[in-house]
Amino acid sequence: MKRIVAALAFGLGATLLAGAAQAQGTLNSIKQKGYISCGSNPGLAGFGVPDAQGRWTGLDVDFCRALSAAIFNDVTKVRFIPLSAKDRFTALQSGEVDILSRNTTWSMSRDTTLGLDFPAVNFYDGQGFMVKKKLGVTSAKQLDGASVCTQQGTTTELNLADYFRANKLKYEVVAFASADETFKAYDSGRCDAFTTDASGLYAERLRASAPDDNIVLPEIISKEPLGPAVRQGDAQWADIVRWTHYAMLNAEEAGITQGNVDQMVKSSDNPDVKRILGTEGKYGTDLGLTNDWAYRIIKLVGNYAEVFEKNVGQGSPLKIQRGVNALWSKGGLQYGPPIR
Amino acid sequence: MPTQLPADAPSGPPRVSPFYDPRIRGAAYQILLLLAVGVVAWIAIGNAAENLRNARVASGFGFLGNTAGFDVNQTVIPFTAATSTYGTAFLVGLTNTLIVAAIGIVLATLLGFAVGVARLSPNWIVRTLATVYVEVLRNIPLLLQLLFWYVAVLASLPSARDSYALGTSVFLNQRGLYLPKPLLAADAWALPLALAIGIIGTLLFRAHARREQARTGRRLPVLAVGLALVLGLPLLAYGVLALLGIAPVALDFPIKGTFNLRGGMQLYPEFVALVLGLTVYTAAFIAEVVRAGIQAVNRGQTEAARALGLQPGPTMRLVVIPQAMRVIVPPLTSQFLNLTKNSSLAVAIGYPDLVQVFMGTVLNQTGQAVEVVAITMAVYLTISLVTAFAMNLYNRRVALIER
Repeated sequence: MKRIVAALAFGLGATLLAGAAQAQGTLNSIKQKGYISCGSNPGLAGFGVPDAQGRWTGLDVDFCRALSAAIFNDVTKVRFIPLSAKDRFTALQSGEVDILSRNTTWSMSRDTTLGLDFPAVNFYDGQGFMVKKKLGVTSAKQLDGASVCTQQGTTTELNLADYFRANKLKYEVVAFASADETFKAYDSGRCDAFTTDASGLYAERLRASAPDDNIVLPEIISKEPLGPAVRQGDAQWADIVRWTHYAMLNAEEAGITQGNVDQMVKSSDNPDVKRILGTEGKYGTDLGLTNDWAYRIIKLVGNYAEVFEKNVGQGSPLKIQRGVNALWSKGGLQYGPPIR
Repeated sequence: MPTQLPADAPSGPPRVSPFYDPRIRGAAYQILLLLAVGVVAWIAIGNAAENLRNARVASGFGFLGNTAGFDVNQTVIPFTAATSTYGTAFLVGLTNTLIVAAIGIVLATLLGFAVGVARLSPNWIVRTLATVYVEVLRNIPLLLQLLFWYVAVLASLPSARDSYALGTSVFLNQRGLYLPKPLLAADAWALPLALAIGIIGTLLFRAHARREQARTGRRLPVLAVGLALVLGLPLLAYGVLALLGIAPVALDFPIKGTFNLRGGMQLYPEFVALVLGLTVYTAAFIAEVVRAGIQAVNRGQTEAARALGLQPGPTMRLVVIPQAMRVIVPPLTSQFLNLTKNSSLAVAIGYPDLVQVFMGTVLNQTGQAVEVVAITMAVYLTISLVTAFAMNLYNRRVALIER
């Protein structure tokens, strides 16, 4: 009897204590299992979407590939786990994913009460509205009395309420669990307007039954700094995520690209470049990785500009301008602290 | 059994050591099991709290008092993003769930009984239609049916600008059905009072009619009197108020605005699709329950009733169904519970039920997964237990009383 109870208690204890595995460090557990569990968007063109071959493409999924490159020197050691806006935080908190890389807005309450950390911002965005052209609406201020489709559990839902309240406009909200259902409802005419981050509006418009019949209104009603999120309490892992983004920014700034990185690593005598690529100093090993971690990222995935242009910029159907996502030196907000 | 007992035989069971006494042993095992479950639960709760603390996730039920900051489109209790709390959002979700469940249960029961009886109809067309209905609807997953109804409800209707209009006050479009909304004036309390008196009067008259029939065999016109009381009294009250120059009920008509219709009463497509989906799906199961119940009644009962000269209708209503009820009620209760729980699929079509509002939006805005899920589970458990309790009371009433 005693033995049965002990076994029972041990078995249950082991299950219930599964969360404690995180205590040994996310990096170690990733190395042990041999892959990164990356919480991605279930389908948003340009950010995280599986193509016809089932291969994930997008700015956010490439960020997980960059991490995989830095840790494993291989971009394929990532398992993408599509998460709806509604399920994403629970999945991260419970340890089901190591990182959330699915256009998640960094907000104070999420940072302080959800047990999360937002190490970097890989896309500065803002919330906008899309309407059907035939309504003849040219400004969000004219949306008095409109029905608006939105995705539940997002900051979008809160900004929407704030905006209509601040402008003393009436509206009716229709909220859905997934982005897909939300957009379908708008497309079929259930709502007059569809609201999400501006990048998302352009991405979703591509899926409309007649994309050109829809226009994006000029108002941007919020700040949406989007970036990867990790569990709070693992400083090393947060640092790796943070510096992966900064390495890509610094590479862009220093002019290191996927094409010239091999040549740069051999012949560049620019100390900045040498420190980024790991031929000078031991910044990579201090981070808990190898010294050529940033070289791997650039060689296998590319610098920030390359990833941006390929997924959401001029090389993609979305054709989003760099805008505030340009480097600080070109009038934007993207600023990579020095690697030194 | 020994036929003879020694004179000095002890009465009662033979005395054994407490260690071997099966009753004491049984009790001891149960106590041990209870202790084990208690310890495991204690460890689990402690662990969850510890892990949450380690993960720096805020916990506790304090969040229910925080301002919600989001809007919900269909509410029966007042809710605004500016002032309402997460607690109110919970109540909004709860009332919406209860409304859908209650309406769904009533409609599914009516439809299910009709189809169940139709399945046993001697008429080939009626019987086949009922069979096809049951076989098709109960074999397609409810989620697909809900999506079908939602898309079908939406797709077939015109946009808000070219609504179907019935006169100038009733509109139907993609956003739902718009009806004039009655606004009750201050003196309007007389109307519900008149209605209540009408209902009580009808019940009293029915009891009187039963006694009268039992005593003399004479049947009083219960239906006619009841209708007169229930409909007549409020109308009379309305007339009296109107004569006094008071308009007890004003109507708020829907008016076309820039986008939607304004004012009036709106029946949302999400609500319609959910009620429709739950009703036709559950009715298929209820129909089978009803068929099983009717077939469980001995054929001799029908034959005896016919031999007494009862028509098929009254035979069914007065002889077969009352006996079938004791077979029908327990599985019917399960169907009611299923319908209530299935209403949580509303999340797929955007109807703000408990799961959508509370476990969706509130959970995400607050991140209080453990608390929110615990509350939601407790609510469904409570609803189910209450439903089961009510149905068990009813079951006791219709159960066969053996004499």
